[in-house]
Amino acid sequence: MIGLEHYLGVAATLFVIGIFGLFLNRKNIIILLMSIELILLSVNINLVAFSAFLGDLVGQVFALFVMTVAAAEAAIGLAILVSFFRNRGTIAVEDVNVMKG
Amino acid sequence: MIQADLNIILPEILLAIYAMLALVAVVYTGKDKMAGMLTWITAGVFVLLAMWIGASGAGDNVAFNGMFHDDAFSRFAKIAMLLSGAAVLVMGQDYMARRGMLRFEYPVLVSLAMVGMMTMVSAGDLIALYMGLELQSLALYVVASFRRDSVKSTEAGMKYFLLGALSSGLLLYGSSLVYGFAGTTQFSGIIDVAGHGDTPLGLLFGLTFVVAGLAFKVSAVPFHMWTPDVYEGAPTPITAFFATAPKLAAMGLFARVLFDAFGGVVADWQQIIALLSVLSMFLGAVAAIGQRNIKRLMAYSSIAHMGYALMGLASGTALGIEAMLVYMAIYVTMNIGTFAFILSMEKDGQPVVDISALNMYSKRAPGRALAMLFLLFSLAGVPPFLGFFGKLYVLRAAFDAGLAWLAVAGVIASVIGAFYYLRIVYFMYFGEERDALDAPRSPVQHLMLVLSAAVMLLGVVNFFGVDTAAQAAAVALLQ
Repeated sequence: MIGLEHYLGVAATLFVIGIFGLFLNRKNIIILLMSIELILLSVNINLVAFSAFLGDLVGQVFALFVMTVAAAEAAIGLAILVSFFRNRGTIAVEDVNVMKG
Repeated sequence: MIQADLNIILPEILLAIYAMLALVAVVYTGKDKMAGMLTWITAGVFVLLAMWIGASGAGDNVAFNGMFHDDAFSRFAKIAMLLSGAAVLVMGQDYMARRGMLRFEYPVLVSLAMVGMMTMVSAGDLIALYMGLELQSLALYVVASFRRDSVKSTEAGMKYFLLGALSSGLLLYGSSLVYGFAGTTQFSGIIDVAGHGDTPLGLLFGLTFVVAGLAFKVSAVPFHMWTPDVYEGAPTPITAFFATAPKLAAMGLFARVLFDAFGGVVADWQQIIALLSVLSMFLGAVAAIGQRNIKRLMAYSSIAHMGYALMGLASGTALGIEAMLVYMAIYVTMNIGTFAFILSMEKDGQPVVDISALNMYSKRAPGRALAMLFLLFSLAGVPPFLGFFGKLYVLRAAFDAGLAWLAVAGVIASVIGAFYYLRIVYFMYFGEERDALDAPRSPVQHLMLVLSAAVMLLGVVNFFGVDTAAQAAAVALLQ
């Protein structure tokens, strides 16, 4: 029997993978964008699982909102990435270093 | 029913419609030639909306079944954000026009960000909170990388986007846990679960994630890494915008979540906020000492100031909220003046950001140097300027709430932090003579600088009534 905690476990695992992907990845920015998507998807699993468990529709509505915003966010992220690539000629994470910080 | 709801969020709807109409109208007519005019019109619209909200608003109105609150708290924040947004728009206009970056998207994006911020401070539900926050953030990511041909600006946008998206992710994960363990996304429902009897552990787990996400947005340590880079990389008028209205909106949202949704478990979040506060104050004070770039310096200064504002929140009382609001209003006013000065720092038409360029500035422009001296003293918290009274307010709130150690830490951090503000004053009055900066060109920037400096001195008489409004706002939030 698959219960709520299994869904939450999957979501938590995806969330942690996403966070680690953001911090440990040294290759390129596209992977960072994918990690962000992963975090948002883990949230959606959480929301839908809770929604089914509670018998309350709000969670699914929330998940729809999150998906819409995630699409807009990805579009803006890629747009910024393109203009960054035009200036810098690379999208390697280690080259995002004109300003130290 | 829907008519009454729509009436309550009319200012937001009108501003959103204005932004979209302006976009279409300008695309079909003059495009970038209209940008200067559109900036002024947008600033005018902001001021009109602020006046309208100030004149019409009364009582506590709830729209869309608790999704949206229009109360004294949100009105206070909205008026302050709209006025500061208008000030930043008009004072940056000349700077951007002369560097060929005044494109018509700028006022449109700022308007959309403003709609997001107005939704944030009125949010009464996790979904409304998220939508407001994202509307604001997405518009700000774009304006941060507004100078498409500059490596620094696009890199600033990139960093802001990545860390902003991460913080939204943390906040959302927290929201999903809060929803799951409280069974509702409405703040009024969450407080029923979180305030009475045993609070589920999952709810506190969710609260921690939400606080971490919001701490990113207010750039509190240890979630501050993006601030100096974004402040340095973004064009200066946009940095000025980042330092004012969005900070106020994020603090307003922070207060909403903590008091409207988790007001029953103050003891549980008080320690987190106090820790964020003390770390921000000290890092902001210490890390700025080595900075020569005035924009980075202002970034650390804003981190430190956020620490003081969080101190108000950490006290968890009505006085604390009032102190936070007064502090933020003073902070925004100081920053408008300071950035008006930074915008006018240039040599041979090129912007200068190194503070050593200010050497002996007092000789060439005594009036402006004096105005800047007022602002810097106020930022440092030296009496009798307004910044001192802002700090006094939050320190008293923390002390009354039994957080004496936090208040003492705040005083120590403010003494350390005073060093780098006073060093700029030292450069201006006693430094070695160097190549002179150009004479300031923009009368608007000059006006903002002088006005802001005058407020720092004259405001001590009665705070211009801001403290009374903040008190009403704090009471409205706690109800």
